[in-house]
Amino acid sequence: MADASHAEEPQGAEWLMRAALAPAGPAVAAGTTPKVVVEGFTALFQGCAVLRNLSLQLFPRERLAIIGPAGSGKTTFLRSLNRLNDLEAGFSRTGRILLDGQDIYAPGTDVVALRRRVGMVYAVPVPLPWSIRDNLTYGPRLAGTRDRARLDQLVEESLKNAFLWDEVKDRLGTSALNLSGGQQQRLCLARALALEPEVLLLDEPCSGLDPISTAKIEDALAVLRAKYSIVLVTNNTKQAARASDRTAFLLMGELIEIGPTEQVFTNPAHHRTAGYITGRFG
Amino acid sequence: MRTERLIGLVLAALAFTAISGLALITAFIFKEGFPLMMKVGLTDFITSSDWYPREGHFGIFPMILGSLAVTAGAMAIGVSFGVGVAILLTQFCPPRLVGVLKPAIELLAGIPSVVYGFMGVVILVPLIRENLGGSGLSVLAASIVLGIMVLPTVISISVDALQAVPRPYYEGSIALGATEWQTAHMVMLRAARSGIMAAVILGMGRAIGETMAVIMVAGNTIALPRSLLSPVRTLTSNIALEMGYAAGDHRQALFATGVVLFVVIMILNTVALTLSRRRARGASR
Amino acid sequence: MRVPPAVTQRAVVGLMWTLAGLTLGVLLFIIAFVLWKGLPNVSWEFLSAPPRSMGREGGIFPMIVATAYVTGLGVLIAAPVGLATAIYLTEYTREGRLTHVIRFGADCLAGIPSIIFGLFGFVFFVITLGMGLSVLSGALTLALMVLPTIIRTSEEAIRAVPRAFREVSFGLGSTRWQMVTRVVLRSALPGITTGIVLAVGRCVSETAAVMLTAGSALGLPRGLFDSSRTLSLHFYILSREGISMAKAYATASILVVVILAINLFAYWLMRRFVAKVR
Repeated sequence: MADASHAEEPQGAEWLMRAALAPAGPAVAAGTTPKVVVEGFTALFQGCAVLRNLSLQLFPRERLAIIGPAGSGKTTFLRSLNRLNDLEAGFSRTGRILLDGQDIYAPGTDVVALRRRVGMVYAVPVPLPWSIRDNLTYGPRLAGTRDRARLDQLVEESLKNAFLWDEVKDRLGTSALNLSGGQQQRLCLARALALEPEVLLLDEPCSGLDPISTAKIEDALAVLRAKYSIVLVTNNTKQAARASDRTAFLLMGELIEIGPTEQVFTNPAHHRTAGYITGRFG
Repeated sequence: MRTERLIGLVLAALAFTAISGLALITAFIFKEGFPLMMKVGLTDFITSSDWYPREGHFGIFPMILGSLAVTAGAMAIGVSFGVGVAILLTQFCPPRLVGVLKPAIELLAGIPSVVYGFMGVVILVPLIRENLGGSGLSVLAASIVLGIMVLPTVISISVDALQAVPRPYYEGSIALGATEWQTAHMVMLRAARSGIMAAVILGMGRAIGETMAVIMVAGNTIALPRSLLSPVRTLTSNIALEMGYAAGDHRQALFATGVVLFVVIMILNTVALTLSRRRARGASR
Repeated sequence: MRVPPAVTQRAVVGLMWTLAGLTLGVLLFIIAFVLWKGLPNVSWEFLSAPPRSMGREGGIFPMIVATAYVTGLGVLIAAPVGLATAIYLTEYTREGRLTHVIRFGADCLAGIPSIIFGLFGFVFFVITLGMGLSVLSGALTLALMVLPTIIRTSEEAIRAVPRAFREVSFGLGSTRWQMVTRVVLRSALPGITTGIVLAVGRCVSETAAVMLTAGSALGLPRGLFDSSRTLSLHFYILSREGISMAKAYATASILVVVILAINLFAYWLMRRFVAKVR
């Protein structure tokens, strides 16, 4: 699952510290190969277009925020990246989405493997009604990992990366349902990380969470950025402004503008972007 | 992915087997019973009181009346006791006691019908014979036994219906100064109306379908019931009693009785379904 | 004179407690009476010996075996088929006209009197397929009888599992079957098992359908094609033909004990179900 570029990354606590000390802002050097390329992607439900001819790129080691008013297709876009939309009745699409150069919608694609490479955290935390450990090991076990030591290692690493380890390390066998809302959402983040994905998708992960939990998740994303490509859908423009490197503005299924976060928020190129950010609509 | 495909196919095959098995039963019963109904004539079959199989007369009217009488009696008991207990359990009973009463009542549902019938024969029938006259084997005996048997069904579905009434209904009424009983019968019962009717309908279905207990206490005479103390034979008892030695047209006639029962159950179920749909719509208002 | 509401309430509540007391009283009375009259006649010999002189003496061993065979085989057939059907209907197909029709059909068949299943079993299994009055005919008939109930209770249990769990499972890279077994069934299992246990109870109590399909032979059934008599049928015959009141009560008490055990087990399972979901 890890590609060549990860080979030189220091593992464990060291990279955590280095990433935390890294300067904010786009870490993407010019000329980097994009991780995900969306080409002319149109998504339709029962023939009704929800995304129209969308084209953008996602680079490794960046946080891309997707903002836009309700109904603009943000969640649909996210779910198209890991083909969760396939589960919906009446879904169809045209265009391509390339992950490391391979079209994920090509016939014969292993969708199950795709979903391991592209992990997702949902708007409402949905812990499975099992213990914390079982929640975290579910994904790896599906993938075939059986070695107890390896599973324990994955559990610890993913919880640390989600900033949840200290709070639950003594009660990994207890039910995940006993955790608070913020803890449950961090558990869901850890659960996605346990699969060691390459891309991380988050759909309004902090809606409904208190400010402290929100801050913890945003801190986790800042650190995780060093290892993953992250797509963050958010309704909260302030969150986009502080927790992302680039921002894309979606309106009615179309990509209006995309660029470095600071630039989009201080000097948007499109008037509609300006209108949304300043709260004139949406 | 090939295993996934295979699993899907296996599940589909099993589902298909199950569904076609059940469809087969339905088709079979209609296929065996319908021709006879046409042969004798639908109206004659249902309204004639002459059941003389050896002479080719097949009129099931006495049995229809028998089933009706016994079911009506059973529902009189089942509804009055059942809804009353349901109201008690949901509105007036302390929760700990509910935890004891509810499973106890559900236990009633598990006791074999033959045991009920037996108790009817041993205790109820002599009681009726000594105090009210007749042989004791009567509509009354069957009604009481059946009434007790449908109680668990009526109670548990009514309890579900009452518990589904939104809490604000109850609190609003109490806040207006009503007593719990006034709230119960003026507000809660009305709100749970369709659910309770569904409970009654399903209880009726159970009463109509009961065979063994009724055979033991109802007397099984093929005659129009004249009073509560008359012995009767129900549709289901008729099938059970004559199946062993029926042949040819006679057997077809029993299947035809099965068709009648089938149609009645389907009607009852449709009514119950519409009622629970109305309940669901009402609750979301 | 208008009765004040508080007084009406007292009267009505008093009435209802009486009704409840009567209901509970009847239940306890029936169970206590049967056990009181029957248990004294139950001995180890009763449970392990075959009946003699048409059941007037001896025991009920063949009936216990017959009941176990017919019920066991019937549920063994109906449970996997019913569960597979429920899984297929909920997880592998989309909700639509067809699923509604199937569900309505299953509900209707769950309410059809058991005698009609007996009728079908008699004509189809016993005569047309030539299996004769046998354990096999009885088991197949009972399987068909409880199939609709198992399908519906399994379906309800599966649908009670929140939709979001399924999405989460897919999102973590599971196939549909992995999702069904590791997530859905894991949560729905208590409800499904309760339905199956109750089906077992129904089979044990069943008389009309087995009468016409498994027959009423008194001997020990040695194979699938042997005719045999179940406990409830034996009890029915003993009491109706007036053969032996003592033996009838004894048989009834065994029946009641078995049913009580089954129901208590189902109740315990149900409580685990509720506890887990909360």
